[in-house]
Amino acid sequence: MKVIEARGLHKAFGTTVALDGIDLGVEEGRILGLVGPNGAGKTTALDAILGLTQYQGELKVLGRDPWSERDQLMRDVCFISDVAVLPRWMRVSQALDYVAGVHPRFDRAKAEAFLTKTDIKRSSKIRELSKGMVTQLHLALVMAIDARLLVLDEPTLGLDILYRKQFYDSLLNDYFDRSRTIVVTTHQVEDVQNVITDLMLINRGRIVLNCSMEDFESRYVEVTVHPEHVAAARALKPIHERQMLGRSILLFDGVDRKQLAALGDVHTPSIADLFVALMGNPAGQAQGAAR
Amino acid sequence: MNTQSNGVPESFESHAITPASLSQTRPLYWSIRREIWENHSIYVAPLAIAAVYLLGFAVSVIWLPHNMREVWMPHTMREMAAAHNVTDSLIGLAMPYAHAAMLVGLVAFLVGIFYSLDALHGERRDRSILFWKSLPVSDLTTVLSKAAIPLVVLPLIVFALSVILQQIMRLLSLSVLVMNGGSAATLWARLPLSEMELVTLYGTAVIVLWHAPIYCWFMLVSGWARRAVFLWAVVPLLAIAAIENIAFHTSFLGSMLLGRLVGFSEAAFDLKDKNGVPIDSHFIPLTQLAPGRFLSSPGLWLGLLVAAALLAAAVRQRRYREPL
Repeated sequence: MKVIEARGLHKAFGTTVALDGIDLGVEEGRILGLVGPNGAGKTTALDAILGLTQYQGELKVLGRDPWSERDQLMRDVCFISDVAVLPRWMRVSQALDYVAGVHPRFDRAKAEAFLTKTDIKRSSKIRELSKGMVTQLHLALVMAIDARLLVLDEPTLGLDILYRKQFYDSLLNDYFDRSRTIVVTTHQVEDVQNVITDLMLINRGRIVLNCSMEDFESRYVEVTVHPEHVAAARALKPIHERQMLGRSILLFDGVDRKQLAALGDVHTPSIADLFVALMGNPAGQAQGAAR
Repeated sequence: MNTQSNGVPESFESHAITPASLSQTRPLYWSIRREIWENHSIYVAPLAIAAVYLLGFAVSVIWLPHNMREVWMPHTMREMAAAHNVTDSLIGLAMPYAHAAMLVGLVAFLVGIFYSLDALHGERRDRSILFWKSLPVSDLTTVLSKAAIPLVVLPLIVFALSVILQQIMRLLSLSVLVMNGGSAATLWARLPLSEMELVTLYGTAVIVLWHAPIYCWFMLVSGWARRAVFLWAVVPLLAIAAIENIAFHTSFLGSMLLGRLVGFSEAAFDLKDKNGVPIDSHFIPLTQLAPGRFLSSPGLWLGLLVAAALLAAAVRQRRYREPL
């Protein structure tokens, strides 16, 4: 069952094309990481999925049209759009009261239990909390909602490494199960590399790469090449090459791991490295997109 | 809210109806509470002005025994001379009570205006609109809950507070009179407080119905303007009125705007008694209310129609709204 299904999703702001005919299918029980440079169209795609912006093309989220059925859809979909959008004037207890009041699937006890593990006081106003605590509170609210789809748009921007790690740990340990689906965008790709099950690279409104993390790991190989094998390695057509500490590091797409092991130290690239390879390299873009 | 919808796949649908479904009014109720949490001025400002007024009245009430003797003692010479117009002295007595209700009403009007100017602007300014839109609350519910503040909540506060304030004032006056050996019974008998309270109830309802399009207009502009909501809401109207006046030497729009602000008194009250003498607005007897005329005045229904259209536009507009 597809949780999100899009065909030819298109959106332009004046002459700027934000989404250039995207096809998308997200299965239930997956955690999709949507990665791309600033202005790639990530947030626009998420806004369309959440019914926050109009679009052209076909889009169904949990079988519904997000633009015309946003309030109905939000019973089954949760989102954290950007950090710190919780109203600053509200007290923590009021936030709990309000969400409990309007959301039929909110389990207040669950949110309270999560909050007791933090330093957040019920009587505090949100403006008095640190940025990390606001994110914890938002996460507590969201995790207590029995939703089918959770959308996270830069949920940990500006947070220190401890809060970021806690955020994704809580998400995986206390929230995620195979009946839920998560879509997350972030620039801090190293945080999510071990969290996501699927990766989508997007640039200039187009999908550059769309694969599962298993495919990612079997398909992309990075080799720190021994100096004497550099020419042989280059002959295997790496999609990207960089220098580090005087050694050449070559990134290969779909080349046999055993063959590469003879040329140097083989490892799985980070998403960031692949990102740089595909985004910074027009030829690479074409290769990735062709897959 | 109905979760049934054509074309929703079965597996999602079966999941969607399992939890206890909320009644339609629950999100509205909680959204109105949320507005009151956010905007303390909704009740603080009327309460503050009532407290200040009460303080002033408490000081003035020291003179009451003296005034009561002047006005009500039948055997004083002054009373004999002035007895030809009992209504005048009644008005003198009723005046502070009428002023109390009017002042609370005026403050509530101002609160309502400022609230409406910020209603759909503040949530975009502080980006919290992204949080509100992440919850299963429709734009219609949100806009209605915001409109309910000036149209329902504030009028209720005005009426309740006026009644409480007037009762405290009367209690205060009676105590002072009794302590000074004056006739509390005269004040009790002469002050038509229940009648005044009924007129306050009628007046509050009349004014809010008449002013509804003003609040709704300000709300619509607050959802549209990026900044300077008040200027966008007011200056274009004044400019058009001025242009009309200069170009055509007419003041159709100007008098329409003025009528929208103060026209309710002419539409809802008989401001002259049966002899054609203008009545004092400090004490309007029940006989001078004209609910029939008010309910059949085109100004009322036209205004409500415009208010409904403005609200519908505000609901539609909120779908497209993003943080500023």
